[in-house]
Amino acid sequence: MDSDTLLARITDYTSRPNPYPLYAELREAGPVVRQADGGYLIGTYHEISALLHDPRMSADPRTRTTPSLSEETPKPPFLRLDDPEHHRLRTLAMRPFGPPHSPGRVDAMRGEIAHITGELIEALRDREQIDVVDDFAYPLPITVICRLMGVPREDESLFQRWTDAIVASADIGPGEDTTERNKAAMQARQEMGRYLVNLAEQRRDRPTGDMLSDFINEPDLALRLTVEELAETAILLFIAGHETTVNLITNGVLTLLRQPDQLDRLRREPRLLPQAVEELLRYEPPVHMRERIPLADIDVAGTTIPKGTSVVLALASGSRDPKPFHEPDRFDPTRPDNQHFGFGSGIHLCYGAPLARIEAEAALGALIPRLGTARLVQDPPPYRQNAMLRGPRHLPIHL
Amino acid sequence: MRTVVDLTRCQGYAQCVFLAPAVFQLHGEEGLLYATAVPDDQVERVRQAAAACPVQAILLGEEVSAGAR
Amino acid sequence: MPGDDLKDGRIVIVGASLAGLRGAEALREEGFTGSLTVVGDEPYPPYDRPPLSKQVLLGQAPADTTGLPMRRDPDADWRLGVRATGVDPLGKRVVLDDGESLPFDRLLITTGTRARPWPNPEEAALDGVFTLRTRDDAGGLAKRLAAGPERVLVIGGGFTGSEIASACRERGLEVTVAERGPAPLVGALGGTLSKLAAVMQRNHGVDLRCGVTVTALRGDGNGRFTGADLSDGGRIDADVCVVALGAVRNVEWLAESGLAAGPRGIACDAGCRAFNMYGIVTDDVFVAGDVSRFPHPLFGYQMLSLEHWGNAVAQAEVAAHNMVSPGPLRRPHLTLPTFWSTQFGLNIKSVGVPTFSDHVVIAQGSLEARRLAMVYGYQGRVTAAVTVDMAKSLDYYRHLIEAAAPFPPPPGAADRAIAADIAIPSDVPDPKGLSHGPTVALTGYLPDRRLTVVQPTG
Repeated sequence: MDSDTLLARITDYTSRPNPYPLYAELREAGPVVRQADGGYLIGTYHEISALLHDPRMSADPRTRTTPSLSEETPKPPFLRLDDPEHHRLRTLAMRPFGPPHSPGRVDAMRGEIAHITGELIEALRDREQIDVVDDFAYPLPITVICRLMGVPREDESLFQRWTDAIVASADIGPGEDTTERNKAAMQARQEMGRYLVNLAEQRRDRPTGDMLSDFINEPDLALRLTVEELAETAILLFIAGHETTVNLITNGVLTLLRQPDQLDRLRREPRLLPQAVEELLRYEPPVHMRERIPLADIDVAGTTIPKGTSVVLALASGSRDPKPFHEPDRFDPTRPDNQHFGFGSGIHLCYGAPLARIEAEAALGALIPRLGTARLVQDPPPYRQNAMLRGPRHLPIHL
Repeated sequence: MRTVVDLTRCQGYAQCVFLAPAVFQLHGEEGLLYATAVPDDQVERVRQAAAACPVQAILLGEEVSAGAR
Repeated sequence: MPGDDLKDGRIVIVGASLAGLRGAEALREEGFTGSLTVVGDEPYPPYDRPPLSKQVLLGQAPADTTGLPMRRDPDADWRLGVRATGVDPLGKRVVLDDGESLPFDRLLITTGTRARPWPNPEEAALDGVFTLRTRDDAGGLAKRLAAGPERVLVIGGGFTGSEIASACRERGLEVTVAERGPAPLVGALGGTLSKLAAVMQRNHGVDLRCGVTVTALRGDGNGRFTGADLSDGGRIDADVCVVALGAVRNVEWLAESGLAAGPRGIACDAGCRAFNMYGIVTDDVFVAGDVSRFPHPLFGYQMLSLEHWGNAVAQAEVAAHNMVSPGPLRRPHLTLPTFWSTQFGLNIKSVGVPTFSDHVVIAQGSLEARRLAMVYGYQGRVTAAVTVDMAKSLDYYRHLIEAAAPFPPPPGAADRAIAADIAIPSDVPDPKGLSHGPTVALTGYLPDRRLTVVQPTG
């Protein structure tokens, strides 16, 4: 088939259970593969790595001219901004979350995460069949992010609806009409922003120790987010803080149940768990693609990509590139020098990566001893629509 | 146990600081300082930090023992 | 297989620091099964030096805890606290100061450098006068800093001197830096960044004196350091002095060896094989780390001598590979020079050879923001880049250097400085005019045609 339909084929829902053969085709056709709509697709490790470190590659969708934007795009959150504005906002957002200002914040959550995990495991006792997504992989990160940010878990029906609408519009797919999707997302953004700012306002001068409280009570006015920045940042952190972790945990269970020898090995050698989580991030990552736009005509491996053109970097393909990774299609928890793209690379490397790592390690560490006789009820499981944030919608297993 | 960070590779992602803040710390926005001797109760955290390092710059291990042959 | 005999035999490594340890490990990784002996003149197992001017002086790590972790046990015979005094290249033996001699089939020399001492031995012997290179140096200095001296005098504004000054200020100690050149770090980074370094020092309360030399160290009647005289007629009262005048290569023990060993190091080819004094390459003596000088094609095949952590590791790995591989399978050491320094809250990283330049541009960020990427060019191509708190950009510039990309670098960076297109002179001074040597020494000629570097005698 033609390589200029690769992105369309990858994002087609029927490819969701196994996009990896298409990634192999992409790397074979590449490194730079032009798509029918004028955009470019790249799936080889070294080219992706170079572009993620290239200061001429913009993350800001407003710099795109091909394919053209259908409507005015509002200022995005820092995930899709460029330096120096990206750096300023990310640094402010980092103040209550990580180093240099709050280096111990995430580490201090280990106990709470273990406790939540324990409760979820306890609730699985005596059940013969469970859905890994609904019974475990979703409740853990959503509970954690709610407590971290100070969002009441009781409001789940609200924020879940907003999250679904916003995540759907953030997907990548060529040639489809996204007007309705974007309108719904815009509205969800406004509502969710108001909701989160309102929660923060309630804590003004009455600090409660959560991140919304820390943001609103930042004593140095020069370091305090504006209301608009607070809304955008809080939406980003809340959604990114749980959506992808659900996929990471679920993909972990799926991968291990498909490979009983590796499951058995991790049961015997729990010390390998941190490396196993990294290998999972390489082998079945929660984020498969990111878009970038060159701010000038750039040359990539002999192809000139014009300024303003959409360039989709298939991170999940890069992490399966045989050039840097020996036997890339093998899940190997002892893989040396595993510099995967599971959390991206460069200045936009996932803000919440350490939290996701600790949650995934706690979740898999608690589940692995209970998966001894477990089997998949359905393989492949039903997947979510999203091609960029890829993961099973349900993962029924028999214990 | 001893640790050393290849600061030629380090790009300041600070994943190690999040995961083992008693051993690794940022000096300014990006510079990394670390405890060269890892206390026993921090070894697991440093192991996790070494696995998580995006540029695989952290080495944890034993030093050459004084009377080694 | 051809070359299998290279996997066996006797290998001696002289120098038990970073390059020696990584070389020993790499030999085993490469399949060497013969006997391996590592000789080190310090009585300690291999330890890491960069923390000595940072964590150790800050009081965060005791000097005796920087032992390097092993990647794997190299199963070597460690001869520590023993000095090698010579090599017999014909009899293939390393002579030790305890009278013993070690036979070898192949030799790896990783003896590194030592601190350049204060030229006046009597003054250097005053109590309170230090150099900083070894674990013992750092332990002694850290102890003295912890006692809360009134003022510390640092002689030399290179990276080591600046890091010492930074640690002193962080401990709340008064510190004077005396630098013969126009600004700190100027020898390594050129004019523009040296001005930033000077501003950072002064903002952090360092009493920075540039354009002066220390003419004498003073002591009281009991042999205690009390202060120093400056060439401008000034006088500094201080109770601790750190002499940070750069490094001297440990080559004296090779004087009779017939190897091409001089003050700038031991010359070797790109495969780490040492040259003899006639410029003929040997095939059983290899060199790695700070003590070596080797040709690099990206920099006009000039002989580079680097005092870089990363170079010690990379070169030791190449040397080890080549020591156990037959000719056609050998590899060149082509790693780009890279170093870092953390001082006054800033993280400075460099790739390429900044002194191999005629012009610079600030390609990203700004001096005002204390966050920037500066790119160095020589005759229209990119030869180096230095980032300040912008390490994630360094890889991009590494690619440009490796590709000999045109200078100034292509425009388009989102955070590009307003003046990004305006190249200004790199302003790399004559190294002879500095108290500190450049970290990267191009020992052929300097690019701005200012002079050919004359080999200093002795």
